[in-house]
Amino acid sequence: MSKDKFTILKSTAVPLPVENIDTDQIIPARFLKATTREGFGENLFRDWRFTSDNQPVKDFVLNNPAFGGKILVAGKNFGCGSSREHAAWAIYDYGFRVVVSSFFADIFKNNALNNAVLPVVVSDKFLQTLLEAIQQNPKTEVTVDLINQQISVNGKSEKFEINAYKKECLINGYDDIDYLLSLNKEIREFDLAH
Amino acid sequence: MSEQKPKTIFEKIWDAHVVKRADGYPDALFIDRHFIHEVTSPQAFDGLRKRGIKVFNVNRTTATADHNVPTKDQHLPIKEALSRHQVETLRKNCKEFGVELYDLGHPFQGIVHIIGPELGLTQPGMTMVCGDSHTSTHGAFGSVAFGIGTSEVEQVLATQCILQYKPKTMKIEINGKLGKGVVSKDIILYIISKISASGATGFFVEYAGDAIRNLSMEARMTICNMSIEMGARGGLIAPDETTFRYMKGRRFAPQGEAFDKAVEKWKQLPSDEGAVYDVVLKYDAADIEPMITYGTNPGMGMKVTDRIPTVEELKEINEQASFKKSLDYMGLEPGSALLGKPVDYVFIGSCTNARIEDLRLVASIVKGKKKAENVEVWVIPGSKQVEEQALKEGLNKVFEEAGFELRGPGCSACLGMNEDKVPPGKYCISTSNRNFEGRQGPKSRTFLASPLSAAVAAITGKVTDVREFI
Repeated sequence: MSKDKFTILKSTAVPLPVENIDTDQIIPARFLKATTREGFGENLFRDWRFTSDNQPVKDFVLNNPAFGGKILVAGKNFGCGSSREHAAWAIYDYGFRVVVSSFFADIFKNNALNNAVLPVVVSDKFLQTLLEAIQQNPKTEVTVDLINQQISVNGKSEKFEINAYKKECLINGYDDIDYLLSLNKEIREFDLAH
Repeated sequence: MSEQKPKTIFEKIWDAHVVKRADGYPDALFIDRHFIHEVTSPQAFDGLRKRGIKVFNVNRTTATADHNVPTKDQHLPIKEALSRHQVETLRKNCKEFGVELYDLGHPFQGIVHIIGPELGLTQPGMTMVCGDSHTSTHGAFGSVAFGIGTSEVEQVLATQCILQYKPKTMKIEINGKLGKGVVSKDIILYIISKISASGATGFFVEYAGDAIRNLSMEARMTICNMSIEMGARGGLIAPDETTFRYMKGRRFAPQGEAFDKAVEKWKQLPSDEGAVYDVVLKYDAADIEPMITYGTNPGMGMKVTDRIPTVEELKEINEQASFKKSLDYMGLEPGSALLGKPVDYVFIGSCTNARIEDLRLVASIVKGKKKAENVEVWVIPGSKQVEEQALKEGLNKVFEEAGFELRGPGCSACLGMNEDKVPPGKYCISTSNRNFEGRQGPKSRTFLASPLSAAVAAITGKVTDVREFI
């Protein structure tokens, strides 16, 4: 789905230093019953955010008014488990445009990129630097520069990898289907010969 | 003519399906078979409508309803309004776009990864996708099968292709003889416990070695099914005589002469001698024992007779906080054993372990016995055909006498989405694939294990070493 264009983002960030955050935590299965892409943000991290009687869990970071912003900083192996794209939709719908971690699960990474959410892979060391900076001062701003593939906080920065094609898609708001549809003739021939 | 570079089976299949490879772009990979279900397809069909395009090739697309269906009273309308709406949306979309649907009540309905193989839709050498991470199951036939997101479902519906970067390759070899009470579920839980829930991320895995070769097709499917639980893009096993025997006569498999021709082609698939993998891991089958998980990701597993590690035993300091959080959730103490721990529920089902052989394994343990009073036991066949076969073999009587509940097919309590949920705080020993927080229902606690271990726990009412029973 083509969406907003992404070049540079400067924002405060939300720290969530938990490892192996699976997509069942990001959006539990019982909230996957909608047939549209919107509205999933309401239930982002539902069972960490709310008690069983729908009261906010006080010590969960999304309920802490000190923290906010468009960048989520999480522990390694973010987005493992189910292929549900609803996880990327929920993150987008809540207002995040970047997730930073030292490691992402493959399917989540693709889903995020297909929904204008930029997954930024940093070293374990830089992840710690980021988390410490944000936790010490929630007003700390983090800059994510897609053009130069660089993430910075408090004067420290690190380069991040992204493949050239996906980078171009994000910068221009293109999606994969546009490219594949342009190959229609070749695909038809392949299908017939196969 | 120079000799061709030896290729792995994965590379042979992938390369044969590349429609377009361009510098800087991911490969446009042709998809032979696309499975869809009610949860991850509605937004994709909406996308097609918005663009005003049709499904590229309906003959390569098959739909079923599985995630959101009740397992009781399947002939009645679905009670829960949102679930009913989602299944009805699938019906409407399949009708509008001309896609074959094995709906509730259809003799072929069932969990998407169970019905593909049993119908012969899954074949060696194919590329296959589905909006479900356990699509890796189909790799057991020597196919490149992997889970995708909904935007990708839309891509495949629209163009029969997907844009993908070729993953790296990993070979996992298991040689030797499996011990008493050890089945394929234990093999895969063992591998994941060794390499962690992210140990194969970025890789496509090939399982090899004589311990794998000696497994039945259904047992192989259990192994490939859980490839995603170590982060792998997919997992496959080269086809052999076991594969061809299983395929023969299946409804959508090639028939007669065409089948023999297909077999000749399939025989060319196994990796060439000297093919190079990015990573090779080797394990001894004799080291594998009945396994159980204790934490909240499938990598947190151990031998059923072991004890949970202590915080100090963890290799990485960074892991400590997540480890403590996990055990807190599970209500377990670091360093404690699980043997003898009472369980409240036993779930036998899911795309991992709900095939007829799984049900037979369970029946072999419980025949003539009764379940413990403290447990509730659900047996959920993976498909209508598995259910029919279980009835034909009289397994239903064995389960009935044991006090187990045999229900209709579906994903059931694997994912806490439909009516079947484990209540908060309760322990469930489960043959499914994920022990994530809340996976089987909010605040539910899951121990993943084999059908044998689950069956024996149903009888004793607690975590038990199945070897004491056989």
